[in-house]
Amino acid sequence: MTIDKIKTIIADHSGEDEANITAETTFEELGVDSLTTVEVLMDIEDEFGVTLEAAQVGKTVGDLVRAIEEAQK
Amino acid sequence: MIRTALCELCGIRYPVFQGGMAHVSDAKLAAAVTNAGGLGIISAMSRDGAYIREQIRLARTLTDGPIGVNVMLMSPFVGDVAAVIAEEHVEVVTTGAGDPSAHVTLWKNAGCRVIPVVPSVALAKRMERVGADAVIAEGGESGGHIGELATMPLVPQVVDAISIPVIAAGGIGDGRGVAAAFMLGAVGVQIGTRFLTAKECGIHQHYKDLVLKAGDTSTIVTGRRLGHPVRSLKTPYSRNYAKQEYTDISAEDLEALGVGSLRKAAVDGDEKEGCYIAGQIAGMVNREQTAAEMIEEIMSQTEQVLANAVNFMG
Repeated sequence: MTIDKIKTIIADHSGEDEANITAETTFEELGVDSLTTVEVLMDIEDEFGVTLEAAQVGKTVGDLVRAIEEAQK
Repeated sequence: MIRTALCELCGIRYPVFQGGMAHVSDAKLAAAVTNAGGLGIISAMSRDGAYIREQIRLARTLTDGPIGVNVMLMSPFVGDVAAVIAEEHVEVVTTGAGDPSAHVTLWKNAGCRVIPVVPSVALAKRMERVGADAVIAEGGESGGHIGELATMPLVPQVVDAISIPVIAAGGIGDGRGVAAAFMLGAVGVQIGTRFLTAKECGIHQHYKDLVLKAGDTSTIVTGRRLGHPVRSLKTPYSRNYAKQEYTDISAEDLEALGVGSLRKAAVDGDEKEGCYIAGQIAGMVNREQTAAEMIEEIMSQTEQVLANAVNFMG
């Protein structure tokens, strides 16, 4: 599942427990700033083989999952 | 004479870039730096494509050498500016305040060298992947929008992480700084603050006087609360901003304090409302010189420092 892999990546970069991250969690709540976003995008590229722009990340974890799934089509 | 991979990459005599500074780095300053053997860079700041085209063409009348343009990625005109840069076949594009991935192919196809400013290892790696020719690793000692890492730890970590050339920036203003940058693994430097007092730099004299007068602790960082910290000289404007920042002022009102403040400094020399951007190196900038005098002095001091380094070896 895309979302589980994403949760792992985001937990790794935000320090938040994976169990506390849901599709509705916002990046703002997680304290993910623009620099951390780049680190997340690099891991997504390695994991899913898709290259996203920072602007495509959206506000929540769910937004990011949809962007990845869209890019994979 | 010192030559590095950056000289070949950009067709320049000395591995020195002049930083793209909003309301400071215009065609005249850029052409002077290029004529002096470095790379002059025009700042696109938040201006539109027509302004940039005019500046590029003006620079072409003032120098036969390569010209750079710095793109501020938060600009509302970024798409327009990106297209003009490609159409005018600018030799070097540098970028700041974001991730330029979306524009890299356009610029590469137009023959531009793409050299983004990066504040972290992750963005440096991403830039290498999307085809950047080099990166500028800029530490938070610099003026303007800054990252959190200082130059000393940032540069070697970026050098270790990627295989394209790295240019060091932030806190470099003389030959000692350039020599140190080489030791950290950089193949060149970008210098901003020192060029503020270049004779060819058209900013208000009050701005130059403030830089000439500045000491080691004369700069302050504001705007951390909004997520885009800025280093500038301590002036009535920046002191007031710092005082307001952590009161109950709204983010919108805080943002509004910044609007137009760079222009008020550089163009009007406004003592109360101008935001005078400068890096920590301002304390070492104490003379007005031509760009050529600056670059010659910096590079000859670099050679001396490197030649003397052998004395450290028992």
